[in-house]
Amino acid sequence: MSVRTIKVDYLARVEGEGALFIRIKGREVTDVRLTIFEPPRFFEAFLRGRRFSEAPDITARICGICPVAYQMSAVHAMENAFGVTVGGQLRALRRLLYCGEWIESHALHVYLLHAPDFLGYEDAIQIAKDHPAVVQRALQLKKVGNEIVATLGGREIHPINVRVGGFYKVPSRPELGPLMERLLWARDAALETVRWTSTLPFPEFEQDYEFVGLRHPDEYPINEGRLVSTRGLDIPVCEYEGHFTEEHVERSNALHSVHNNHGPYLVGPLARYNLNFDRLSPLAQSATHDAGLPRFCTNPFKSIIVRAVELVYACDEAIRLIDEYEMPDQPAVVVEPRAGVGYGCTEAPRGTLYHRYRIDDQGIITDAKIVPPTSQNQKQIEDDLRHFVSQHIDVSQDKLTWQCEQVVRNYDPCISCATHFLRLHIERE
Amino acid sequence: MGRKIKPKLAVWKFSSCDGCQLSLLDCEDELLDVAGAVEIANFPEASRAIMKGPYDLSLVEGSITTPHDAERIHRVRRMSKFLVTIGACATAGGIQALRNFKNVKDFITAVYPMPDFIETLNKSTPIADHVPVDFELRGCPVSKSQLLEVLSAFLHGRKPNTHAHSVCIECKRRGTVCLMVASGTPCLGPVTHAGCGAICPAYNRGCYGCFGPKETPNTESLTRQWSTLGVDDPDIVRALRGFNACADSFRKESEAHER
Repeated sequence: MSVRTIKVDYLARVEGEGALFIRIKGREVTDVRLTIFEPPRFFEAFLRGRRFSEAPDITARICGICPVAYQMSAVHAMENAFGVTVGGQLRALRRLLYCGEWIESHALHVYLLHAPDFLGYEDAIQIAKDHPAVVQRALQLKKVGNEIVATLGGREIHPINVRVGGFYKVPSRPELGPLMERLLWARDAALETVRWTSTLPFPEFEQDYEFVGLRHPDEYPINEGRLVSTRGLDIPVCEYEGHFTEEHVERSNALHSVHNNHGPYLVGPLARYNLNFDRLSPLAQSATHDAGLPRFCTNPFKSIIVRAVELVYACDEAIRLIDEYEMPDQPAVVVEPRAGVGYGCTEAPRGTLYHRYRIDDQGIITDAKIVPPTSQNQKQIEDDLRHFVSQHIDVSQDKLTWQCEQVVRNYDPCISCATHFLRLHIERE
Repeated sequence: MGRKIKPKLAVWKFSSCDGCQLSLLDCEDELLDVAGAVEIANFPEASRAIMKGPYDLSLVEGSITTPHDAERIHRVRRMSKFLVTIGACATAGGIQALRNFKNVKDFITAVYPMPDFIETLNKSTPIADHVPVDFELRGCPVSKSQLLEVLSAFLHGRKPNTHAHSVCIECKRRGTVCLMVASGTPCLGPVTHAGCGAICPAYNRGCYGCFGPKETPNTESLTRQWSTLGVDDPDIVRALRGFNACADSFRKESEAHER
């Protein structure tokens, strides 16, 4: 019986180091392995003994693409431990900062990392040779996101201005002024992005997923909410570990998460969208109608359209937040550390990011647990690969290999994050 | 056809967060010009097209933490005319070098249920500990403008124009009032390498050392000043043990406060 292997030793256009190995015997997929060889960095270990106030700066270094997500989950967990609530304009500024990261990260992934697959280019720089205006739009859109992060956070990567309780310094209204004009352009560019992505060629591929994400009573989830799923999960964030388990598999420096008694699940833009369509702004909702995107989408390749819809939402929301902004009297609320455990869950661009810390009465971290979105998605990615290859078994080797990479990139995996987390190799028997 | 052959650029990743190589993609206004000036020959985060070496310039991100990477860096060196390390991981071992002060086995068991599955070295070390490095660009993350300066310098065969003085000087140039003098805020600015533009003090926050030690830092004098501001030894140790914990002068000074 013939044996085929599909092998990608170093997955490109993903953040971090991973590989893919698939073995096919006859017409049956016998092995699928998404391997993470990104070296382990042991964040949870060296957080022990550090001061609570250091967690946002240290955990930011887990990921250069979504440092704000780490900072936000960390500060929310600490504030949860200390019984502190950050509201009003400080809360609004955090949401604005996070919108900046969504715009920067989604623009990067939609245009520079994901779109080349649909168009048959190796990278966005090659796209730029044929379609310079598209790539210019991408870069300028990304830049607007980075400008928000840099204005509020001090710089684009590893912002310096986030602290437990709020910020070190808050901007005046006029300081946010220049962002407004840029955002009005960006919102139009994002709407164009929805139209553009909806015209891409999508493989027929629908899966029966359990979508997991945050849900908030009156806003599209970014910083807060209950953890819900399309199969009935509805829990406060502090109950996360009672419902999800991390498994350690030999080939991986990441831990795989499963929903107890349910199995693999999906976090990220597709999950947020399917769980929270009614919380999108009217403009973002109407963009989905125009693009023909169903309000419940189960084709993971179409996550590129959903990211574009979230780009519209993030720009729209940022405009609203700046419009309603009034400079708070204090840059942060007073935080008094006390012994206890704190839980934080926020929506990183690529999915739900969970932090839990145990703090002693001196404000020192004694235990930390971090579950990044990519380790939650990893099992689901392997599931997608198995089904996708089974359904496309007659496709040529080169094309199938590339499409398998695309299946992985549907998830915008962030491997540095998940290591604590990815090599592709398809073998056919 | 008389077309000039463009120099080949490679970007390599070792143990890191990807932030420093992302800095290149964050040069939104300059990226396409850079791509016009060089052949992006190996940059997996941005492209699945990989050209074979040798390469004219290699940018290396990340530290060495596994036996495999300790070998891979030698292959990268052999294929590269110039090798420039970018960021705190590559130049000082990064935040993951905090393991160097502890037993790594304890770290593995703290994070992973199946410690036997993990292959890692006892220490996280900078690239220059393994192979000759032509230039080190500091920062956690590196500054975009400095990264462009380094690219430009190597493409034109000149030395990069980046300052080795302290963040203090950048504060003075920016016109920021000294936080340590005016409000008694502990700040690593006097001993930290310039490059960020002194962002933190401008946001009312003491410098926390992202760019590592400057040339000839007087860390002893600074920590004495911190003590008079009421910072106790464990917090001095924590401050020095950040993203550049294993840069020599920071490491020695932190060890002096551990006893």
